[in-house]
Order: sequence, then structure tokens, then C-alpha cells
Amino acid sequence: MRELKRVLKYAAAYRVLIFFSILFAVVSAILALYAPIIAGQVVDCIIGKGDVDFDLVRQLLIRMGIVVIVSALCQWFMYGVNNKITFGVVRDVRNDAFDKLQILPFEYLDSHPQGEVVSRIIADVDQFADGLLMGFTQLFTGVVTILGTLAFMFYLQWQIAFVVVVLTPVSLLVARFIATRSYKLFGEQSKARAEQTALIDEMIGSLKVVKAFGHEAENETVFNEINDRLAATSLKATFISSLTNPSTRVVNNIVYAFVALFGAFVCVGSLMSVGELTIFLSYATQYTKPFNEISGVVTELQNALACAKRVFDLIDETPEISDTNAPEKLEDVKGNIEIDDVFFSYDKEKELIKNLTLSVKEGQRVAIVGPTGSGKTTIINLLMRFYDVDKGSIIVENKNIRDLKRENLRENYGMVLQETWLRTGTIRDNITLGRAGYSDEEVIEAAKKSHAHSFIKRLPNGYDTVIGEDGGLLSQGQKQLLCITRIMLNVPPMLILDEATSSIDTRTEMRIQRAFQKMMIGRTSFIVAHRLSTIREADRILVMKDGRIIEQGDHNSLLEKGGFYSELYRSQFEQ
Amino acid sequence: MIKLLKYIKKYTLEAAMGPLFKLLEASFELIVPLVVAAIIDNGIRNSDKPYIIRMSLVLIMLAVVGYICSVTAQYFAAKASAYFAASIKKVLFKNIQGLSYEQIDTLGTTTLITRMTSDINQIQSGVNLTLRLLLRSPFVVFGAMVMAFTIDFQQALIFLITILVLSVVVFGIMLWGIPRYKMVQELLDKVLGRTRENLSGVRVIRAFGLENEEATVFKEKNEKLTKLQEYVGRISALMNPITYVVLNFAIIILLKQGADKVYVGALSTGAVVALYNYMSQILVELVKLANLIINITRSFACGNRVQLMLEKKGSMEDGSLDAKSIVISDGEPVISFENVCARYTGDSEDSLSGVSFTAMKGESIGVIGGTGSGKTTLINLIPRFYDASEGTVRFKGRDVRELSVKSLREIIGIVPQKAVLFKGTVRDNLLWGNQNASDEEMWDALNAAQASEVVKEKKGGLLAEITQGGRNLSGGQKQRLTIARALVKKPEVLILDDSSSALDNMTDKNLRNAIAKLPYKPVTFIVSQRAASIRFCDKIIVLDDGHVDGIGTHEELLKNSETYREIYESQFGKEAANA
Repeated sequence: MRELKRVLKYAAAYRVLIFFSILFAVVSAILALYAPIIAGQVVDCIIGKGDVDFDLVRQLLIRMGIVVIVSALCQWFMYGVNNKITFGVVRDVRNDAFDKLQILPFEYLDSHPQGEVVSRIIADVDQFADGLLMGFTQLFTGVVTILGTLAFMFYLQWQIAFVVVVLTPVSLLVARFIATRSYKLFGEQSKARAEQTALIDEMIGSLKVVKAFGHEAENETVFNEINDRLAATSLKATFISSLTNPSTRVVNNIVYAFVALFGAFVCVGSLMSVGELTIFLSYATQYTKPFNEISGVVTELQNALACAKRVFDLIDETPEISDTNAPEKLEDVKGNIEIDDVFFSYDKEKELIKNLTLSVKEGQRVAIVGPTGSGKTTIINLLMRFYDVDKGSIIVENKNIRDLKRENLRENYGMVLQETWLRTGTIRDNITLGRAGYSDEEVIEAAKKSHAHSFIKRLPNGYDTVIGEDGGLLSQGQKQLLCITRIMLNVPPMLILDEATSSIDTRTEMRIQRAFQKMMIGRTSFIVAHRLSTIREADRILVMKDGRIIEQGDHNSLLEKGGFYSELYRSQFEQ
Repeated sequence: MIKLLKYIKKYTLEAAMGPLFKLLEASFELIVPLVVAAIIDNGIRNSDKPYIIRMSLVLIMLAVVGYICSVTAQYFAAKASAYFAASIKKVLFKNIQGLSYEQIDTLGTTTLITRMTSDINQIQSGVNLTLRLLLRSPFVVFGAMVMAFTIDFQQALIFLITILVLSVVVFGIMLWGIPRYKMVQELLDKVLGRTRENLSGVRVIRAFGLENEEATVFKEKNEKLTKLQEYVGRISALMNPITYVVLNFAIIILLKQGADKVYVGALSTGAVVALYNYMSQILVELVKLANLIINITRSFACGNRVQLMLEKKGSMEDGSLDAKSIVISDGEPVISFENVCARYTGDSEDSLSGVSFTAMKGESIGVIGGTGSGKTTLINLIPRFYDASEGTVRFKGRDVRELSVKSLREIIGIVPQKAVLFKGTVRDNLLWGNQNASDEEMWDALNAAQASEVVKEKKGGLLAEITQGGRNLSGGQKQRLTIARALVKKPEVLILDDSSSALDNMTDKNLRNAIAKLPYKPVTFIVSQRAASIRFCDKIIVLDDGHVDGIGTHEELLKNSETYREIYESQFGKEAANA
């Protein structure tokens, strides 16, 4: 059980609490076992009419009261401690999983459905918490109760106690047998559930498109198919796992019958009083109860571990190649970039970028144009080190970017992507993105530069307007203005603008362009755009096709050349 | 939650059989002490060994029969709960899909997803436990009380009071818990939302080097969740210790009074022992009941949230007229706007006002204007994604509100701004447009959308796999496929909402030409930022801040619309505009 070990490792951080949890469990369980004995002693004082030892009764009852209260308090403390441990472990696991998300390579992120990853961190961890809490709460108490009861039984009549002990493994075997099966079934249920979650995430996440195409009915068909399958596996998993209790109980009831049989025989042989047999029988039932609980816990833990495995799998994913131990540091970046004979492809069987060599000097404005799929975005992925090159090298200011800390490299780039991304929060949050130390004035200044200020001003609460998931009611263009504002806040020495202004009308764009122009002075910039007007003024235009640069030069020289670029350019004037 | 119960109706038999068999099992369990008493009273007293053996066999038989009952009960409970959850999910999914755009905007998709997943899972386990235990435990509790009354009325009153006090404790803690568990769930939603955002914005986050800040915020939210969970858990965990104390104090009183009564001869020792045993039995079952109730509390909170979502009915009233059945003569417009205004819920100003125009069959309508000028709002009114707040949008002369939404959207092909594709093959995605499309029709659409190369390049052609959200395609590839998807429909109205922004000019031009040549002559709306994309449209609508600044052809607008002229100049230079 590798998962169990992992869980224990997490729990190790709460060593002291676990010690207290066990301590409280032991005290409360032993006291709970002691209370009935006091009650029994009280009953022994009540012999018949006119024959009651009132002094002793009073004394015993006071003792019982104290025992009960102490036991209850210990129990409550134990719950509190267990809560702390469980939710602490769960928090730690979630934090680790989230930390992992930050360093997972893009290969992983781009190829795994979001919903599935989210389900691991949220739903699975939740399920895991339930199992763990139940485990902590009932496991120790159960074990202590079993041991305590055994001790009492051996003290009373060791032969019958022996019968009980011999039969106990049967109960454990049954529990184990069921547990293995239910573990497998819970795994299946988890899988079906993940499949359903992925579908829900995809279809409800893009509900507007679904509705636009009237695809609701088809979705329902697919959903219902998975739903039925899930119900069937869920039925099996729940049923098999819920057999644990009755199965151990039936074994225990048979044990009880044997105790009655042997006990009665021993009584007939006058080796034990009837009263002692009664206590014995009641202990026999008490003794079996924790077994039921423990086997219940085992099932629950199996389920929890199945979920834990999925989270741990995520945590164990290979992270992106870590930054070098002794990184070089980019300081005082001017914007000199050398791309030297770079090879790269996403799908290693299908080559994309080949022999890419490019030298960009500080302050140059490089526009990248070309048909879709020609590798424009890929260059950005490589410049930003979202992906590592397969061969060759990218050098910034005479330093191979592999020898830098990613953060150090990226902080020198300002990037605006085609796909706008906004988060739930205020407009201001979306501009600062949590980067501390920006005053309101600076934020407004940035928004003015990107021409977002005028629409922000008109929002109900201005910069404090809370926008919903993915921008809510903002238009695509407004969303993009916000993304641009982020860069305006603190302009790095190098810029990457990928289709950055595709959804902004050209009038606004013109104004932004002006701001960009100003911003680009003295800064190396890469602009990917299809609109030729945005790139006309670039110092260098790279025309890409099929992963290669096929033409290079400025606007006029390329037009004169009469190649692919001029063809592209002319096409916008023709019908 | 209560209203959800109607979804268990189909499984009434299972839902009834579960508890019933549990009751049977409990009854068999209650017989056991009687058998043991018989062993003691008859077997041991008379040293009758064969009798003891017979009775022990009875005990084993009771155990086995009880087991069979219990297994049966578990099966029915599992079945009822699994299928109950499944049918709620089914209905909820359908309901969510029926929500209007406005409702989707306000509710947010994360919430919808949690309702569909973890909430319903919780309900399922709650129902399962309920069916297994809810009848059994009270049965034993009240059974014991009834037995107590047959023994001694006065002593039985202690039972009554105890049960009352226990109920107060149990229900008090339960009522305290419901809203708090709701808060826990809400915080969990936030943690979930943050995780989703982090995944969808991973490029931006890493570009800004915000990984640490992200982790810090996540940890804060996670910590808040943990703290609340601990707090709620701690109070809820009071239930067991308190019930334990109450019961044992009841036992203490019972023994004290018993001692008095036995002393005066009003009660026998055996009766005291019996009462004590019954009280102990109550404890065991009540502890189970309390645990059950904690669980039900959570399920109830989840149930209410699901219930609330089920009550959200799509806020758009459907019409009845089939859009496909309307026939018009050649001179009549397919789409007409009559003084249309639109305003989003919660907004104080119209996003669009006073728009009037007509569009004939085969015409192309360009829509151009600044950011937030209302372009998307305008075209969103045609398929009734939103309703006009004033004025009328007509399809073939009929108010779109008279038409069945389904039929209306069937004849409209829309390509949204954000290119969304779904997990599955290219073919699966194209079938979204028309389920019965043949391969040939698909290739026609792909050709027109300039997307056939994209598909031919992919291994498997039409059967090439697209990952969720189309992540294995570039922006331009996605856009062209979404255009093809709309064309597979052979729509009467085609709407391209800035959907060639990621295409180069040549592809964009070829696309426009191909659309113009479509044999079924759709009315085509082209929303664009690029003057080049719309300059050859039959009619161009220029929007400025929600108002129409001009409608006409390229040449007319260059003369009449300041806004249009400015846009055009910005893209082609002054010379072009004056030429």
C-alpha cells in the first residue's frame, strides 16, 4: 500500500497531535469499558427487598458520573484533534498538488482535460478527507476497545475467551476479502465519475456553444449513457462495500452463539455463575462492535486511498526540468536575442521547427507573419521557455536561457496572448494580478495607456467592479484591453504580442499602437499578427511557413521582392 | 431537498424494501436476548445440555437469516441511492442545459459543475445511509422505550425524558450544522474555482512569474476552508460525547431510583437489569442515528443547493412556431430589426439602441465598430441568445419570440468569437452542425471554411482526435473548424462573430469568397474589426457605442460615416480612403 505510506508521511507532520489523539482514544475507550462494570457492581448491591447497600450505591454512582464525564471529554478532545490532523493533512495534500500545478510542464497541461485535473484536487481530496477522518476517529478507539475487552474476558474465563480469539480471524478474513473487492470497484467508480466530470466540465463550461448549436439533446444522450454506467458501477461498489458490516456481524453473531453454548456448558459444570455469563455475553457483543467499525473504516479507507492515489499520481507527475542549481542571472537586459539552429516539435514524430536561426538586436521590432500552423506561436512558446527546444539554443544577452531561472527570463518579457484570460475578482485585481506594490494611480495610469480606462470608468464600480469567471459580461475586446493593461503596469525590456489586438477595433487599436510604439522604443519586441497594418512598421518581418523562415526583411523590401509576403499583403485589397 | 424525493419514486420498491429488510434484521436481533434468557432460565437451571445445543442452533439460525435480510437490504439501498442520484443528475443536467445565456452569465459555470458533481455524490451517500439506518435506529430506540413502559411506568418516564433531551441535542446540533456545511461547500467552490482559473490561465501566470503568488492565494483560501472545516467539525463532534453523557446520567438516575424501588419491594433486581440493558441498547443505536444525522445534514445542505438549481427554470419563454415552416416571397427580408434595443440584466444603460435594418436572402451584412460598441450584442439577438429589451427582431416577418428556439437555432449557423471545440474526432465536432451530414457534405463545409488542409494534415482525417477545448490545434485551425461546423448545417442565416481574427488575409479572403458562393445562399453576418473583411459586404452596419452610426455600402459609408472612414483609414491609410 504505497498510498498509505504516503498518507502516513503527510500525517507525520502532526506527530504530537497523533500522540494526543491516541492518548485520548485510549483513555476514553478504557473509561467507556469501565462504566458498565461500575453499573454491574451497582446492580450487585441491589440484591432484593430491604437488602440494598445505599452507601456503596451512592459512592459507585458518583464514580460512574466522573468516569462518564471524563470519558466524554476525552472523546470530544479526540474528535477535535482528529479534525485538526485530517483537515491539516488534506490541506497539505491540496497545497502540494497546487504547487505541483505550478511546475507541471506544458506538455502535461496541454494534453490533460482541465476537469480531470480539477477533480483530482477537489473531489478526490474531499473523498479522501472523509475516509481519513473516519479512520482516525474510529481506528484507535476500536483497537483499544478490542484489547480492553479481551483483557477483561481473559480475566473472567480464559477458556471461553480463547474460543472468541480463535474465531476472530474469520471475521477479519471476511472483511479483508470484501475490502479487496470493493477497492477495485471503487477504482472503477472513480474512473466512471472522472469521465462524467470531464464531460460536465467540458459541456457546461462551454454551455453557450452547446446552446448555439442546439446540441443539448445529443449531450444528454452521451451524458445519460455515462450516467447509467456510473450508476451501475456505483451500485456494485456501494453494495459490495456495504457487505462488510453484515458479513462481519454474521460471523460475530455466530461467535456469540458459540460463547452462549460453551458458556452455558461451563455454567452447567458450575465453573462460572450465571451473572458472570451475562457479563461475558454482553462483553462478547461489545467486543465484536469495534470489529464492525474497524472493517467499516477499512472499506472507507480503501475508497479514500483509491482517491488519494489519483492525487498522488498528480503530485508525482514529472515536473518541468528544474532550473539549474547555479543559475546565471539576467541583469540589465537590453534585448539581444540569438536563436541558434533550433529544432522543436510537440509531437516528436512530426517535425515542426527546423534549423531556426535568428539574431535580434536590442530595440528591434520583429513581426512574425505566416499562415496558421506555420509555427508562429511555437516560437513564442520557445522564447518564453514554455517548452524547451529539442536541439540548438536560444541565447539572451549572451546567456543560454536554459542556464537561467525561468522566472528571471520571463520577468524580462511582457506578453499579451490571443486567448484572453481573466479571473474572478475586481478589475484592479485583474490588472495587478496580485503583484503587490502598485498604487491606484499607477493602475489608472496603465489603464489610460492601454485605453481601458474609459470603459472601466463606465463600469458600475469602476476599478472595483467584480467580474465573474472568464470576464463575464465584458466583450472580447474589453477583455483584451485588460490583458494589455497588465503589461502597461510595468513594461519589461522585451515584448511579445501574440495576436494581441485581434479583437480590438482598429480605432482603439490605433491608440494602443501609439502607446505600444512608445513602449517599444528601446525594447526588443516580437509581434505575431495577421493584420498587416499592425506590422507594417516593424524593423524586421519574418515570414514563416511550415516551421521555417522563408522571407525576411522590412515591409518595403519584402513588397519589392514580390514573394509570399507581397501576395499576403495584396490579398487584403481584393475581393 | 424534500422536493428532490420525487426522483426516488421510480425506485419506490427499492427504497421501501431496503428499510423493510433492515427492520426484519433488527427484529431478529431483538429476539436474541430472549433466546439467551431461555438458555439461562431453562438450559442452565435444568442442566439440559441438548436444550442448550438446540437454542444455540437457533441463535446461529437467527444470525444467518438476519444476514440474508441485511444483504438484501444493502442491495436495495445501494440500488435506490445509486439510481436516485443518477436520475437527479439526469434531470439537473437537462435543466442546466436549459438555462438562458443570462442565467449562465450570472450563475457561473463553476457553481453549476459543483452541483452536478460533489453535491450529488454527497446526496447519494446520504440517501444510501438513510435507507440503511434511518428506520432501524428509531425502531430499536422506541422499541426499547415501549418495553420499558411495560416494566415500570415511572422508570419509563426517565426513558421518555432522556429521548426528548437527546432529540433536542441531536436536532440542535443538526440545525446549527446545516448553514455551516453550506459555507464549507461554498469555500470549497472557491478553492475549486481558483484551481480551474489557475489551469486555464497557466500561460499568463507563468509569463508573469506569478506561480508563488498563486500558490500563496490558493493556500490562503485553502487555509480558510480548513479552519472552517475544523470549526464546524469540532462543534458537530459534540454530538457523540453529549449523547453519551446524557444517556449515562439517565442510567445513573435509573440505578438510583431502581435501588430505592427494589429496597421497598416495588421492583425486582432482574427488572432493573432489564431496564439498564434497554437503556444501553438505546445508546448504541442513538450513536448510530447521530452519525447518520450528521451525514444527512450534509446531504440536506447539498440537496437544497441542487434543489435550488433545479428550480431555476430557463428564463426564456419558448415560442411554438417552427422556423423552418415559414415561407416568404423573394422580395421579403429574412431578418429584420425594428428599432431594437438591448440591455443586459444589472446594467444601467442599453448596450444597443435603436437598431433597424433588413437583410435579404443571400445578402452579406458586415457589422463593424469599436470595442464594446454592441456588435456581439446585435448578432446575439438573432438566435435569441438574449431578448431585445425594446423593439422587435424578425425572422421572415415573424417575431423571433413566436418561434420555437430550437427550430430557430437549427436554421442559424453561428461561429462564436471564442473558438470552442470538443473532445472527440473532427467528425464528431462537425456533426454538431448537422447530425445527418454525409462525408461529402462535411468536406464541402471544410473546403468552404478553408479547413480541409487542417483536416488532411491530421492523422486520421475526419477521424483525427481533438482534445478537450481543441488544445491540440492552433487558434487559426480552431477558428476554421468552428466555421466548418457552422457550415455543415447549411444554415439560412450564417453569423461569423469576429471569427476570422486568427486567419491571415489570404485565407480570410478565400473564406469570404467561398461563403459568397454557397449554393444555399444564406444571409451572412460578418462581425469584424477589419475593414478588409467587410468592405465588400452588401450592407455594412457601423456601430458606435451601441448606436448605429451608419448603414450602407463601403462607398456610401466612406462618404457618410465618420466612424467608418476613421476605421478604414487606420487600416489602409488615407490614400486608400480617398481613392
